[in-house]
Amino acid sequence: MHPALQGLLTIIIGVGGCVGYFYGANLLLDKVLFKPSGPNAGRNINRANQIRPWIFLMPAILALGLYLAYPVVATLRLSFLERLPGNQYAFVGLENYTQMFAEPKFWEAMRNNVLWLVVVPAAATGFGLLAAQLTDRLRWGNIAKSIIFMPMAISFVGAAVIFKLIYEARPEDVAQIGILNHLYLLFGGETPQQWLQIPFWNNFFLMAVLIWIQTGFAMVILSAALRGIPEETVEAAVIDGANPFQIFFKIKIPQITSTIVVVWTTITIATLKVFDIVFAMTNGQWETQVLANYMYDKLFRANDWGMGSAAAMIIMLMVTPILVWNVYNARKEMK
Amino acid sequence: MDAIAGRKPAVVWALNISVVVLVALWLFPTLGLFVSSFRTGDQITASGWWSALFPAEQTLQLRVADPDDNRIDLGNGRFMVEGNIFDGQGFEGEMNAWATSSRDLGANAPGDTSDLGDGELFTLNTDGTYVWEGNDDQISGRAQRVFIEVVSPPDFTLNNYGFVLFDENNSEGMAKAFFNTLTVVIPATIIPILIAAFAAYALAWMDFPGRALLIAIVVGLLVVPLQLALIPLLSLHNAVGIGKGYLGVWLAHTGFGLPLAIYLLRNYMVGLPRDIIENAKVDGASDFQIFTKIILPLSFPALASFAIFQFLWTWNDLLVALVFLIDASGQTTVMTKQIVELLGTRGGDWEILATSAFISIAVPLGVFFAMQKYLVRGLLAGSVK
Repeated sequence: MHPALQGLLTIIIGVGGCVGYFYGANLLLDKVLFKPSGPNAGRNINRANQIRPWIFLMPAILALGLYLAYPVVATLRLSFLERLPGNQYAFVGLENYTQMFAEPKFWEAMRNNVLWLVVVPAAATGFGLLAAQLTDRLRWGNIAKSIIFMPMAISFVGAAVIFKLIYEARPEDVAQIGILNHLYLLFGGETPQQWLQIPFWNNFFLMAVLIWIQTGFAMVILSAALRGIPEETVEAAVIDGANPFQIFFKIKIPQITSTIVVVWTTITIATLKVFDIVFAMTNGQWETQVLANYMYDKLFRANDWGMGSAAAMIIMLMVTPILVWNVYNARKEMK
Repeated sequence: MDAIAGRKPAVVWALNISVVVLVALWLFPTLGLFVSSFRTGDQITASGWWSALFPAEQTLQLRVADPDDNRIDLGNGRFMVEGNIFDGQGFEGEMNAWATSSRDLGANAPGDTSDLGDGELFTLNTDGTYVWEGNDDQISGRAQRVFIEVVSPPDFTLNNYGFVLFDENNSEGMAKAFFNTLTVVIPATIIPILIAAFAAYALAWMDFPGRALLIAIVVGLLVVPLQLALIPLLSLHNAVGIGKGYLGVWLAHTGFGLPLAIYLLRNYMVGLPRDIIENAKVDGASDFQIFTKIILPLSFPALASFAIFQFLWTWNDLLVALVFLIDASGQTTVMTKQIVELLGTRGGDWEILATSAFISIAVPLGVFFAMQKYLVRGLLAGSVK
């Protein structure tokens, strides 16, 4: 069957199935199981209302349980096992972890990930804040914002191609087509550089891609937060003779700290999971490995499920503090 | 209030200029790809894309018509060759200067007559017509060479798009990958919305034990890296017989998209006015009716913003497709995978790379600009409260 037809069929079956399920289950509840009439009408209505939320939630709980909760447990289990020929598993305790910790490539990935985690959220939030503040009172501010926000729609892979063109290096005697080398030579550089092959610094050239993508997100949210600041606080500062920098750093920033933290943590999560950019641009060569790509290498190239799962658990472990913090905040808000 | 602080012209200028710089930094990378996708491979390697936007100056080396075939006898031992130097060149542009020797390029202006010595004359006009006149010895043998400095207008082509999208012989074309991506994206966007909308309503407006716990779980799952799901779910898919394919990738995207969908929609639905819902209940509407007739239409902005998120995310995804969809046959490749492949095999062919990449980002960009309002609303609902 043609995939497009299959897709259409899936939409019909999927959507029809969902609607049918919700409608049918609801009908079953009201018309067959607990009729809101007869001698037990009151009790039946109560019972139906006790069950109905679970009908509404059932597909979501199933999907979440199967596709997100179960894998956490299963991956944890796999990380203690070793796959033997013939679909057999042997319990090896922490061996996958100790083996992984002995690999220099893992520590390279860890170092790079930490570097990404320090630089990308800070730079994206910083640029976002700058863009939000600068465009705020500008007549063409909305157009500027649109353009800075635009890379959000671009895939990591597309962005990888875009930045590869920027970093492109051609031999010394012909015209440079990568703008970075063009500018480098224009401002006194000696020879064209292979930017992605300079160990350590190439990490920053990869980070630039993610910063470019995430800045718009930070800008949009921080811009809304800046607009939410009560005017009186700024006016009072102006009357007291504060200069624009003081207003920005001492009046505005403290009032949007909580939003900055939210933006920062959201970008941190995205950074932790970064895979496509490294996969497409260097594939971890020249000391640019990161955890997600390391894990992919182990799982699908080396076919080592034990170590791959161990690497995935490391990523999970790094996410956990943010997870706990988010849940804690959400619960606090609901009270 | 900035007006109170005093808006000096210098400050306004500084502000405008810094925003222009910022915008340029964010726009130019994409612009470079866009411009490159309309240039031929030769043009791309010959000069940077930024110079393609302006008229380019170049020196052409052309020859006049073969004198032995084309010369006209003028009598008195004089011969001449007439014609247009641009014949058969398909050339557009403007001539700045010309010369008959490579040693003094640009020696003559258009319309000049150059004396080549011993009565040999050469005239070249702006439109390319020339007259080459001399004696029998001079107007014979090799045709005269002319070096012309021309300014050619920006030159763009649509051939790259034709080749990448419509060429039947191009095994690395994007047409199939485009439809595959579309096949992945549409069901993977619609199904989670339906499931999430019901769940969000239950979490927002229905009372039942364990509601707070469920919300907390959804918030927690929001950040679980999908990397953890790869192996366990692939084994599961293989075990139940789905294997690698569209069904698997649809299910996976549905599962991974649900936490955000439920979270966004619940946040929005909770904010709907309580009165409407209670009035409807008093009037005897059931939860199901309230949901379909009141909540769903009112929640349209939130539904739209999640739909855009999920669309962008599934369209741009590489990892989920690599793991759950693309098998060894390569028949189900998606655009992101195709581009990564091209980066490996056609790393230097920028016209192919740029065009393929631009085809894959054009659709999300279109959606982005058309639906930006909803996207911003969704972001704000998801992060700021």
